[in-house]
Amino acid sequence: MKVLPVILRPAGPGPWRAPAITPRHGVLLALALLLSVGAAQAATGDGVLSVLATLWRWTPLLLEGFVFNIAISLIAMAMGTAAGVMLGLGLIAPNRAVRGVAWFLTQFFRNAPWLVLLFFAMFLLPFEFRFWGIVVPFPGWIKATIGFALPVMANTAEIVRGAIQSIPFGQWEAAESLAFSRRRTLWTIILPQCVKRMLPPWMNLYSLVTMATVLASVVGVTEMLTLVSEVHAAEGGRPELLAPLYGYALLCFFLYCYPIGRLTLRLERRFQVRI
Amino acid sequence: MEAFYEWFRWLYEATGINLTIVYDEFDRKRMISGFWTTVWLCLVCIALSIVIGVVGAWLQGSRLKWTRRGVQGFIALFRDTPPLVQIYFFYFGLGALLPRIENAYGIPEPVLTSMQWAIISLSLFAGAFNVEIFRSGIEAVPKATVEAAEALGYSRLGAYVHVVLPLAVRICLPALNNNIVNLVKTTTLAYAIAVPEMLYVSKQIWSDATNVPEMMTFLLLAYFFLVGCVVWAMARVERALKVPGIGL
Repeated sequence: MKVLPVILRPAGPGPWRAPAITPRHGVLLALALLLSVGAAQAATGDGVLSVLATLWRWTPLLLEGFVFNIAISLIAMAMGTAAGVMLGLGLIAPNRAVRGVAWFLTQFFRNAPWLVLLFFAMFLLPFEFRFWGIVVPFPGWIKATIGFALPVMANTAEIVRGAIQSIPFGQWEAAESLAFSRRRTLWTIILPQCVKRMLPPWMNLYSLVTMATVLASVVGVTEMLTLVSEVHAAEGGRPELLAPLYGYALLCFFLYCYPIGRLTLRLERRFQVRI
Repeated sequence: MEAFYEWFRWLYEATGINLTIVYDEFDRKRMISGFWTTVWLCLVCIALSIVIGVVGAWLQGSRLKWTRRGVQGFIALFRDTPPLVQIYFFYFGLGALLPRIENAYGIPEPVLTSMQWAIISLSLFAGAFNVEIFRSGIEAVPKATVEAAEALGYSRLGAYVHVVLPLAVRICLPALNNNIVNLVKTTTLAYAIAVPEMLYVSKQIWSDATNVPEMMTFLLLAYFFLVGCVVWAMARVERALKVPGIGL
């Protein structure tokens, strides 16, 4: 489908652009990690297993934790997006009451700190559900995932609303004059055009969620950061090991989020039409 | 005042809503100090991150390739890694590598407290975003405007200070606004390294009084209030700086 380029405007309000990040920065980060490893090694002296070997030895466990982080982020993103699209449609509903409720929910979950929402989900959701005698356990990581899905929902709702409102109003009128119902206008004309505009901010959001998943360690879910401190304890709790270990975690997240940021930038540039 | 506290005690007995932060003097003092710690953390981090942003944006426009690359690397590093891991890296990782100093009693203690580390890492985190915001603001000033200023006899520096910067600040205010709100919300992460801010204090209180739902609600309202204050202040700044024809 060819879209008329004239009517496409950049979705966002303007000046913000993701920075140009290149693989060089990954190399820089790796260098910083090596430097801290060197410093740690100098501090430990002889007779101690070299820091790099330690990192290597624990890599399978740490990466397992990292994969768990990714899993949490993906599930939270899926749940949050599904709920957020509904909420976003609620934000532009013709019914005043629906609009009001949707607006309140969006503002509520957008303006609360992620960590506080996480505590909210962890403490206020039950640890098991009972359905007619069947006990369904509700482990901590699912509660944490719900805690992440809440802000995702609110942010997605805003993205959806912004994208829909960026479509010129004339299209609604044109569809109406062609006897399209409101629902059909929305689903077959407006939303398909919105997908493109929503993609870059949505991917930015995903990157944010991925980086937020480490917060789960604060409320007692075992993920990468928890494993990092456990590995540190298993290695005898030497304080000079901490910088390389946390540097390793930083590197993992950088390697995962950097390509996403890069892709977002490319998509943003491709979809942007200067007017 | 005493009657007011009494009323909350009655509320607890009548409904089970246990707001110890109102009627219990110890909890009240804890919460007030936690609130001011959060406010102080926010203010210091906002100020430092703006300074980092301005300096970074200036360095990014430098003619030296390696300066630009360094700034770019700094932005990439702090943008694409979780802020919590950054805080841990600074506090536990770098904090352990720094030498310890002895206090007045001869007990060794770290050079920087957890509060100071939180300020450093949060400022760097928000500052990395600010660099980009300020740079894009400067770039958004039309070239013709700079040329017009030069045609009127402005020097390079004069045009920058009197023409480019005032326009750039107005252009990047909305994005800056966003980032500052984000920073206020990110200060909760200082909880993880035991900075006695609002979340940390709340956690202490609900551990003592087991009033999790009440404290949670209070926390959310308190952060709404703080974010509301920031938005209100920034809206005032925006209105005060408004020039017809500039901005959205």
